[in-house]
Amino acid sequence: MRDSPVRDRPTTLPIRFENVAFTAGVAQVLRDVTLSISAGLPTILLGPNGSGKTSLLKLAIGLLTPIAGRILYAGRENVSSSRHAFVFQKPVMLRRTVARNVAFALKAAGRAPEAAAIARLLSAVGLAPLAERPARRLSGGEQQRLALARALARDPEVLFLDEPTASLDPFATKSVEDIITRTAEGGVKIVMATHDLGQARRLAGDIVFLANGALVEHAPAATFFDTPATSEAKRFLAGELVI
Amino acid sequence: MRLRHLFIGAVLSLYAAVSPAAAQDKSIVVASTTSTQDSGLFGFILPKFKAKTGIDVKVIAQGTGQALDTGKRGDADVVFVHAKAQEEKFIADGFGVKRFGVMYNDFVLIGPKSDPAKIKGGKDVLVGLKAISEKGSPFVSRGDKSGTHSAELALWKGASMDPASTKPAWYREIGQGMGAALNTAGAMGGYVLSDRGTWISFKNKGDLEIVVEGDRRLFNQYGIILVNPEKHPSVKKELGQAFIDWVVSVEGQEAIRAYQIEGKQLFFPNAGQGS
Amino acid sequence: MKRKECNPANWPGAARLDGIGALELIWSGDANLFAIVGLSLFVTLSATILASLVGMPLGALVALTRFPGRNVLIVLLNGSMGLPPVVVGLVVFLLLSRSGPLGPLGILFTPQAMIVAQAVLIAPIIAALTRQVIEDLWAEYREELTAMDVGRSSRVATLLWDARFSLVTILLAGFGRAAAEVGAVMIVGGNIDGFTRVMTTTIALETSKGNLALAVGLGLVLIGVILAVNALAWAVRGWSERHAG
Repeated sequence: MRDSPVRDRPTTLPIRFENVAFTAGVAQVLRDVTLSISAGLPTILLGPNGSGKTSLLKLAIGLLTPIAGRILYAGRENVSSSRHAFVFQKPVMLRRTVARNVAFALKAAGRAPEAAAIARLLSAVGLAPLAERPARRLSGGEQQRLALARALARDPEVLFLDEPTASLDPFATKSVEDIITRTAEGGVKIVMATHDLGQARRLAGDIVFLANGALVEHAPAATFFDTPATSEAKRFLAGELVI
Repeated sequence: MRLRHLFIGAVLSLYAAVSPAAAQDKSIVVASTTSTQDSGLFGFILPKFKAKTGIDVKVIAQGTGQALDTGKRGDADVVFVHAKAQEEKFIADGFGVKRFGVMYNDFVLIGPKSDPAKIKGGKDVLVGLKAISEKGSPFVSRGDKSGTHSAELALWKGASMDPASTKPAWYREIGQGMGAALNTAGAMGGYVLSDRGTWISFKNKGDLEIVVEGDRRLFNQYGIILVNPEKHPSVKKELGQAFIDWVVSVEGQEAIRAYQIEGKQLFFPNAGQGS
Repeated sequence: MKRKECNPANWPGAARLDGIGALELIWSGDANLFAIVGLSLFVTLSATILASLVGMPLGALVALTRFPGRNVLIVLLNGSMGLPPVVVGLVVFLLLSRSGPLGPLGILFTPQAMIVAQAVLIAPIIAALTRQVIEDLWAEYREELTAMDVGRSSRVATLLWDARFSLVTILLAGFGRAAAEVGAVMIVGGNIDGFTRVMTTTIALETSKGNLALAVGLGLVLIGVILAVNALAWAVRGWSERHAG
């Protein structure tokens, strides 16, 4: 629980990975990743399953610790995560109502769980009519939107999302993407992993393309999609398996 | 916020659970034997005592050994048992103030109707025990250092035997009270020594009956002792003494005499007769 | 094949006496019986509440913290689910006896002592089972709660609340164990007529007096009471789940 007002907290951007490596057991999940994520348009982590996107996100928010290299936030190491928020691919719904889930997130972020704040957050994700429903009884898309509301309750500077629409139908996917777009337009930096090319095209400002644990290409969206520099990127865009 | 209320609730209930029992208005704890309880005597005489003095008597019914131990620990105010030798040692060791004889009942030797040892109708309990031993018929012993158990061991000794030490197969020590011993004897068709009071009020006689009675060696004397307040200042000595005084008084003795089951008197008051 | 009629008139004598006679005896009812049932519920419910106020946070803490000897503690907790009630009774008796360290409290041979003994008996059960439930739940919640910056002290409360339906079952397990035991309450309560006599000690006493029919009847009443408590708890759980699951 923090007591300093949200706005006074120093920025954590750009996030810089310097030669970061990460292993899980014997598997080399990420090797020698050097990357800079700056403020601005959404950064999309793109790549096939197992390419290390999820691990990279979790490293960025501090859920995992690199075994080599370091991560800097606006030039500093080991900052608090109070300006970051995370939306998981399968979010955990607390066993209580939708509104209480949001209240919980507000309290954990050190903010007062006032009715007005809760209502605003629920409206932003279109869940206001479901405020009193037990969260576990929401549909997949509704749960993902609640997870977004909880993340936004933290008034984050950077919002990390791990394949948020991977298990959703197109209608729910559209709702979620719309919220993400609105959030980005509101000034929040989006860092999102996806293996869905179409989604990447729709949302990206810049693309970080990963394959087999390595950062293969990092380019503005237009450049990446029209003139990919690497062969892996070309093959991925052509729909081939990148092994 | 909800959690804080739970926490306060916890502290309060813990306090209630553990707070010293308000010096229990007028009540005493009497450690006595299972035979006096099972016979129903206390249910009969205690209400009379309460009516007269307003004192609540809380009876803990244990075997004699355990009752005396409870007295030694100071967890009872009065002990009321039937094992004179152990009682005298209790006083000699400084745990009790003075022993008063109260009443006697007698033991009876109980056995199955089939009477394998052929002792029914006998008047000599030692002869009966010898027959049981020779025949090897099952014999149930309480084996719990109770007054009845002590009496049983004394009788074996009188018959020059010591099955508690030699542990022959027919001698079954169960380590429980009189009722349990009777249940066990009934179930295995064996013999058992019981006090008459428990026997008369026992509801599961089944196949059992009295085989030997009336032998003077089966005489069972009860004594009452105030636990020594010098050893345990928490002993309620005035209330405890009031109970003892009543039990040996004319009134108390009459109450004991008047207690009957199925028209039979169980206990014979004999306070002050050098008992 | 003709179905055999279930007619008590055909039952062997002993079974009929024990079964029907018992219920008749109960039905002809004793104000005393209500007092005994009431005391049993008071003692066991109080013990369950006390034990869970201690055992649940303890179990959750063990689930969430790493410390040297943790595995040994978990084995001890799990093992203590098998603590013999009579041994617990004996130990508590020695503590509460006038000759013991807590003698001055003067609660031996009172319902308070029985509550303490039963709470001591079931607290480890509740702690051990809570630990398992919370540990499993934490595996599911860890990343989400960490990302939400939930502090260590809030974690215990959050997980306990979210696990509340499983915890109800754990409470019922503790309640059942305490309601069924006779060894502990017999020793620390003394089975005093009208004061510390509960269902189980009454059943033991009536059995030793040879009143087997009554003892069986009381046993049926005891089982019925335990089932009623379980049914009530389950209904509450169901209602709660529908409204705020």
